[in-house]
Amino acid sequence: MKPAGFAYHDPQTVAEAVALLGRLENARLLAGGQSLMPMLAMRVAFPDHLIDLNRVEGLDGITVEQGVLRIGAMTRQRSIERSAAIREACPLMTEALTHVGHLQTRNRGTIGGSLCHLDPSAELVTVAAALDATIEVAGPEGQRDVAIADFPLGFMTPALAPEEMVVAIRIPLWPREHGYSFMEFARRHGDYAIVSAAALLVLDSAGRIARASVTLGGVGAAPLRVTTAETALVGEAPTPALFRAAAACCEGIEAMEDPQAPAWYRQRLAAVLTRRALERAWARATGEAA
Amino acid sequence: MDGTTHGPDDARMAAGPGEAVGRAVTRLEDPPLVRGRGLFAADVNFPRQIHMRVVRAELAHGLLRSVDATAARALPGVVAVWTSADVAEIPSIPFRATKVQGLEPYCQPVLARDRVRYVGEPIAAVFAEDAYLAEDAADLVAVDIEPLPAVLDAAAPPAEFAPGLHTEPTIVRKGFGDVDAAFAMAHAVIELDLSVGRHSGVPLETRGAIARYDAARDLLELHGAAKKQHWNRDEIARLLGRPPSSVHLFEGHVGGGFGVRGELYPEDLLACAAALRLDRPVKWIEDRRENFLATNHSRQQRHRIRAAVDAEGRLLAIDDVFFHDQGAYVRTHGARVVDLAAGMLPGPYRLPAYRVAGHFRLTNKTPAATYRAPGRYETTFVRERLMDAIATRLAIDPIELRRRNLVATAEMPYPRPLDVLGSDVVLDSGDYAKLLDQALDRFGWKALRESIAARRASGECVGAGLAFFVEKSGLGPSDGVRITVDHTGTVELVSGAASVGQGVDTVLAQICAEALGVGYSGIRVVRGRTDRIEFGNGAHASRVTVMSGSATWQAAQAVRAMALETAAPLLQLSPEVLTIRDGIVQRKDGATEPSMTLAEIARQMGPNSPAMRGRTPGLTAEKWFWSDHMTYPYGVHCALVCIDRGTGAVKVERYLVANDIGRAINPMLVEGQIAGGFAQGLGGALYEEFRYDETGQPLSTTFADYLIPTATEMPALDVLIAEDAPSPLNPLGIKGAGEGGTNAVGAAIAAAVDDALGQPGAVTTLPILPGTVMRLLDRAAP
Repeated sequence: MKPAGFAYHDPQTVAEAVALLGRLENARLLAGGQSLMPMLAMRVAFPDHLIDLNRVEGLDGITVEQGVLRIGAMTRQRSIERSAAIREACPLMTEALTHVGHLQTRNRGTIGGSLCHLDPSAELVTVAAALDATIEVAGPEGQRDVAIADFPLGFMTPALAPEEMVVAIRIPLWPREHGYSFMEFARRHGDYAIVSAAALLVLDSAGRIARASVTLGGVGAAPLRVTTAETALVGEAPTPALFRAAAACCEGIEAMEDPQAPAWYRQRLAAVLTRRALERAWARATGEAA
Repeated sequence: MDGTTHGPDDARMAAGPGEAVGRAVTRLEDPPLVRGRGLFAADVNFPRQIHMRVVRAELAHGLLRSVDATAARALPGVVAVWTSADVAEIPSIPFRATKVQGLEPYCQPVLARDRVRYVGEPIAAVFAEDAYLAEDAADLVAVDIEPLPAVLDAAAPPAEFAPGLHTEPTIVRKGFGDVDAAFAMAHAVIELDLSVGRHSGVPLETRGAIARYDAARDLLELHGAAKKQHWNRDEIARLLGRPPSSVHLFEGHVGGGFGVRGELYPEDLLACAAALRLDRPVKWIEDRRENFLATNHSRQQRHRIRAAVDAEGRLLAIDDVFFHDQGAYVRTHGARVVDLAAGMLPGPYRLPAYRVAGHFRLTNKTPAATYRAPGRYETTFVRERLMDAIATRLAIDPIELRRRNLVATAEMPYPRPLDVLGSDVVLDSGDYAKLLDQALDRFGWKALRESIAARRASGECVGAGLAFFVEKSGLGPSDGVRITVDHTGTVELVSGAASVGQGVDTVLAQICAEALGVGYSGIRVVRGRTDRIEFGNGAHASRVTVMSGSATWQAAQAVRAMALETAAPLLQLSPEVLTIRDGIVQRKDGATEPSMTLAEIARQMGPNSPAMRGRTPGLTAEKWFWSDHMTYPYGVHCALVCIDRGTGAVKVERYLVANDIGRAINPMLVEGQIAGGFAQGLGGALYEEFRYDETGQPLSTTFADYLIPTATEMPALDVLIAEDAPSPLNPLGIKGAGEGGTNAVGAAIAAAVDDALGQPGAVTTLPILPGTVMRLLDRAAP
């Protein structure tokens, strides 16, 4: 568990980092290091160059402006978890973060690192998908935006060119009175979720569901927006039966199989967690739950 | 040396706490540990040391066609690369003495010769200037293996181990009584097929071996040792062709033992051989992946068990056939786990007839050996599942059924016509029924049944279960302790025991303090090294407190008697009126004068004291405690579980371990032993499993895949330490406390899950996985 040799680079600006990415062959960016360092130690990753982003200026910070939350790529997960602004404007993210690893790993882990590592059960990727986030990407030609729906290209493969890097995530905020819930099932607290579910609801003045977001993590290579469930919910009066029906949409999804859990179990979990998340989100939307 | 057998003349400590024994005093071991000044294997370094990296098999089974180390040897900084040809003269890793015949051909070579038999098997060893280079070079060793089909199911018919040898080295058979007649006359026959998953102790400190040859003194030293240093020393010496006195092993701090750490492994011999041959200190620190692949696994067994019972549910006979998945090779324990399983299965119950056949089978997985409560965790699960099944079949309350079958106090000592580890099973003492009552009372069983009924009525899936167990401890035959008071009055205690972190130093010091009349905190305890005492049996099998503790008691009594005899004429008093308090010999009646310190007495007894002329000087005594029979602690586990109907997850809400250990030398340490042991039992019940794919590739090689319970998974644990049945076999009445917390966890949680599901007998396999529970929930609610 000793990494193979690599050259270490310590850029100070995004431009320097991008220039290094353009110039160096087989380079990897180092953010919080909570996944990459073990991969180096276990020799499952063999970069020739490691570009450390920890001293790059301007990559961390949280702002809420004009209904949009923007989080810099190098913002630590713990900072996001403890941000009062995010707790108020985007509580789904705060709730999801309590499931991300352990306090010690969140002190170091970053949101950009989570997004780019793109583990199928990464909570922050699921949250980004649930909230229709936009990923800000810097490259030699300048900056471009990538919709979260287009960001995962495949298993642990983000839609980034070799000379590009993520600099921030932008999230359009839901109305203040929305209901939300993030639930997941892992064998132990802090483990990668076998399945996670994120639900967001907005009720109209008549108490009907005006807007809904249902997202599953851990069932496929990337988070899955369950649009059939969302369609089934919108325009309806919320009831346990409605949530059960919407959750039933999850039983037919295609789910992956791995040593932790067979596909059928993931499908069952997807339905159960979706139903529970919708019920909790509804209770919050009506002020009946904190 | 004074070989003494415990007999009626020995001073026996009265029941109840004394000045030092029976007190929850703080640990002597802690000051360096809490200050970050501990010395674990990785902390050991020597000038000019080189680092070893082991190249391991990546296929589960195959013919080893070639190992090409040319590129590795050419890498700058590489000192040597060894393959099997380089260690051809070193015999395979041996096993400890056993009556079981025919195991030798199945022992593991230090480096694989012409076959590899598990993923992780050592094939080559690289020695380089640093650990990074060693790993770089290891990656350059080209290994050519022609794959063979992997044997992964120990219950399947035996396959070929090597030409002319199949994968069943032996069948361990035991039994007594007329089993067939019992089944013929039985009121009912209950038959079960039960499995326990492959898991093991996973110490947070991985193994390490730091070997150094001291040419000036012609001494080979091995640091990073634990558990069995004297046996390992003797075997390393024999395998490397050296006199035992020219090899010394040193134990530092040990970050967890649990049975797996401190055995003699190939890496220990490689490091020692390299230190001799390359004339440089050699350091090897196992990494976590290696720890999962190369350190002993344990537990995996499948039992097909039948019970014959009468109409009242009394056991008439048990007939068990089981398959033990030993993995790829026989290791240092030989067939010990099978022997323990076969011999300990009957547990606390009166059993007129018994027949067991334990099939010791090799597979293409990591070799297995003992892990905390070896053979008992497995068979308590099997036996207690059987008792619950009998209760269900005969519609008898499971607690009442157990009561009817428990061996009664009046029957103690209760000889069973069986042997375990070569010693006859005689249950030495116990009041099983009383402890069962105490446990039910402490757990609030009656009120709990009511609250479970209420919670079920409101839709919850909750249940409670219990299991009874009998442990064994204090394996003989001997252990010795030498206690010396020096001329400053400082007491040194040298023991052949080892410490794997359990608090040995503190416990031995407490016993010494009690017997000698000194404070425990100033006693210097030496253990875990072969250069200070000639023999020692180490730390395993819950034996240290029983064996070394008893030897400590005897040696301290002997020193006390010497001190009083020496002091009495000088104080012009008879020894009978004297005692020792806080290291001062004084009158028993409390008068403070005249008096004499142990330091003064030690000086009187020094080698330059005219009074000692013609005698062996020193205020010192060495005593050896011998034992022919083990002691048998026992206990009850009670579990309350809640199942999430949506996910199938089992949450243990409350848990009780009630354990009679005869006498708790330090109740705080006993509680710690039980709590830690319970956590490991919980792992085997719900979380931990070494899984393999169909080709024999291990799937649990990181802590993300091998799930040990963490603080979050630990339920509220209550520990009831009982001292109602002291062992008659040693002067303090001690029974070991190392394994009772682990023993019955799988059994009790299985019973509680059955109860929650309302499906008696539903749990047949450990660990109990959420997906399995979900299927069982589906079965209940179509």
